[in-house]
Amino acid sequence: MLGRILQLLLKEFLQLKRDKSARLRLLIPPMIQMVLFGYAATFEVFDVSTVILDLDRSQESRALIDAFVHSSRFRIAVPAASEREVRDAVETSDAQVGLVIPPGFAELLRKGRTAPIQALVDGTNSNTALIALGYVGQIAGSFSQDYARDLAQRTGRLQGKPMVSVILRERYWYNPNLNSRWFFVPGVIGTLALITIVNLCAFAIVREREVGTLEQILVTPIRPVEFIIGKTLPFFLIGLMEVAIVASVGMLWFRVPFRGNPFVLLLGTCLFLLAALAIGLLISTVCTTQQQAFSSNFFVLNPLFILSGFSFPIASMPPALQYFTYIDPLRYYLVIIRATFLKGVGIEALWHQMLALAIIAFVLLAAAVLRFRKSLD
Amino acid sequence: MNGAARIVVDRLVKRFGDFTALDGVSFEVAPGEIMGFLGPNGAGKSTLIRILCGLLHPSQGRAQVAGIDVAKDPEAVRTRIGYMSQKFSLYNDLSVVENLRFFGGIYGVGRERIDARVTEAVSMAGLSGREDTLVANLAGGWKQRLALGAAILHRPPVLFLDEPTSGVDPESRRRFWDLIHTLGGEGISVLVSTHYMDEAEYCHRIALISGGRLAALGTPRDIKRLGKEAGAEAAEPTMEDAFVALVGQAQGGRAAA
Ligand SMILES: Nc1ncnc2c1ncn2[C@@H]1O[C@H](COP(=O)(O)OP(=O)(O)OP(=O)(O)O)[C@@H](O)[C@H]1O
Ligand SMILES: [Mg+2]
Repeated sequence: MLGRILQLLLKEFLQLKRDKSARLRLLIPPMIQMVLFGYAATFEVFDVSTVILDLDRSQESRALIDAFVHSSRFRIAVPAASEREVRDAVETSDAQVGLVIPPGFAELLRKGRTAPIQALVDGTNSNTALIALGYVGQIAGSFSQDYARDLAQRTGRLQGKPMVSVILRERYWYNPNLNSRWFFVPGVIGTLALITIVNLCAFAIVREREVGTLEQILVTPIRPVEFIIGKTLPFFLIGLMEVAIVASVGMLWFRVPFRGNPFVLLLGTCLFLLAALAIGLLISTVCTTQQQAFSSNFFVLNPLFILSGFSFPIASMPPALQYFTYIDPLRYYLVIIRATFLKGVGIEALWHQMLALAIIAFVLLAAAVLRFRKSLD
Repeated sequence: MNGAARIVVDRLVKRFGDFTALDGVSFEVAPGEIMGFLGPNGAGKSTLIRILCGLLHPSQGRAQVAGIDVAKDPEAVRTRIGYMSQKFSLYNDLSVVENLRFFGGIYGVGRERIDARVTEAVSMAGLSGREDTLVANLAGGWKQRLALGAAILHRPPVLFLDEPTSGVDPESRRRFWDLIHTLGGEGISVLVSTHYMDEAEYCHRIALISGGRLAALGTPRDIKRLGKEAGAEAAEPTMEDAFVALVGQAQGGRAAA
């Protein structure tokens, strides 16, 4: 068993060493992605998931919350009961924005003084965060204008200053300058690993099918599991290497900080790579030519990328589409990779994602092994 | 040749959907016998060989290779057969020796034997001194002989060769057939399909397949005699004449039926 797997491994590495186009396939996508996302565009966002903590419980605070509820930009999840809940929601990415209305909010307003509210944003997704923060400012601004006009009519006094100001709390500011590179570099690592691994794996098998060597291998006593392990292990190792290299480039060149535990990232990466390999394997079982594999890859990878939340926030997607994001391994890996890089959170905060990845990888791998029969029927 | 047959094919049927590619084929092959498969394109030669290798499931009928039922235990069959598919199937981007070591390895040839077997295969292919050449850089004849060497690294008692010499020059084809006869002499049963009439003459027996059925079965001399009976006009019909007459008869018979 081990002998046969080793033979396949050796062969695969020899072929890779000699295959110039495979080396290009490994190098070109990272370059293009890095450049593309370096100029990452901004997108409109809707339905930013938001938690609000109202510690004032006044007419004014409720009016402000209403203003948020009635805008299409924010989707208010359950109101939080404590500051801790707000912080946890943002930390685990359940919410992208947290708003805290401190006690005394209404009192300050009534006295005509500036009343701060606090906003926590999930800076790991700087794109959404920046845009969402803009909306918070707008809504607070128009609320404060309305209130000032109201107050002026009642008291005859005119205010110079805006009445509600938004204060950002540094503590939860994972990406203080909302540096979009900090956001895109971890994302690129994930998408790249997905694209290269699915491609390499699918092509490696489909090429053998196309040239006829697969038929030759099928008549040997090799077992399907041995073949699959021998054929995919090299790409698993390559995937790990690629993640390490791109991550190093991100840290050294783009100066993205790594605040978390490398072993948590390693675990997530392994699970994610297994899922990617399984996708490649499944593609290879339905395609007989490299041409077919190419278009299948395209049709599988694009949705995975779009549904992952990398460039379009999941919360802004139509609800029907949001359900599909749950079966997208990249969705979970992006959370893991951003969280380990930028937030430095440990496995406790990420076990949901780990579990989801493990389940996806297991189901897909099992399907691939079952589908890979040693016959041409 | 009165030992138990190495290959037993009994009323074998293979359907692909509505299409019947093999329609009740029966024959036996003895140890050391070289059996040729002759037939027009699409006759079902490759399909039959693939069933015997356990790559396709028979729809009906029975096939035994080296005493094992191919439908029931394809894995056991695989340790006892060598196979060269119709497509060339070595790795072009690996060297001569790398290919041989790879196939030897996945056939389970032990570490203590692999070196000797590889050397033997290299010299059989006439590639001594070119062990490290990439297969892509070899000419057709050498490639085919190397593929044959790779197919017998595990010393199988049965060998299936699907058009092994297509696209190869006559001199290389002759050398290839010398090798086949050497293997037959060692007791290996060889089942080989071909399009070349002259190669049919080198076989002990020929199975003429047409439209998924056995149109004729016998020694080259039998086939020519049957061809004459089927209406070949020449006084001494060549294999080609016999082939045309017998295939015509088989197709006419089916059309009439
Ligand atoms: N997987 C398949 N699905 C459907 N039809 C098939 C399949 N494999 C073979 N056939 C059909 O079965 C018939 C026999 O094919 P086969 O390859 O066995 O012929 P052959 O005698 O080897 O021909 P050639 O000399 O061209 O190699 C052909 O008509 C072919 O189209
Ligand atoms: Mg054929």
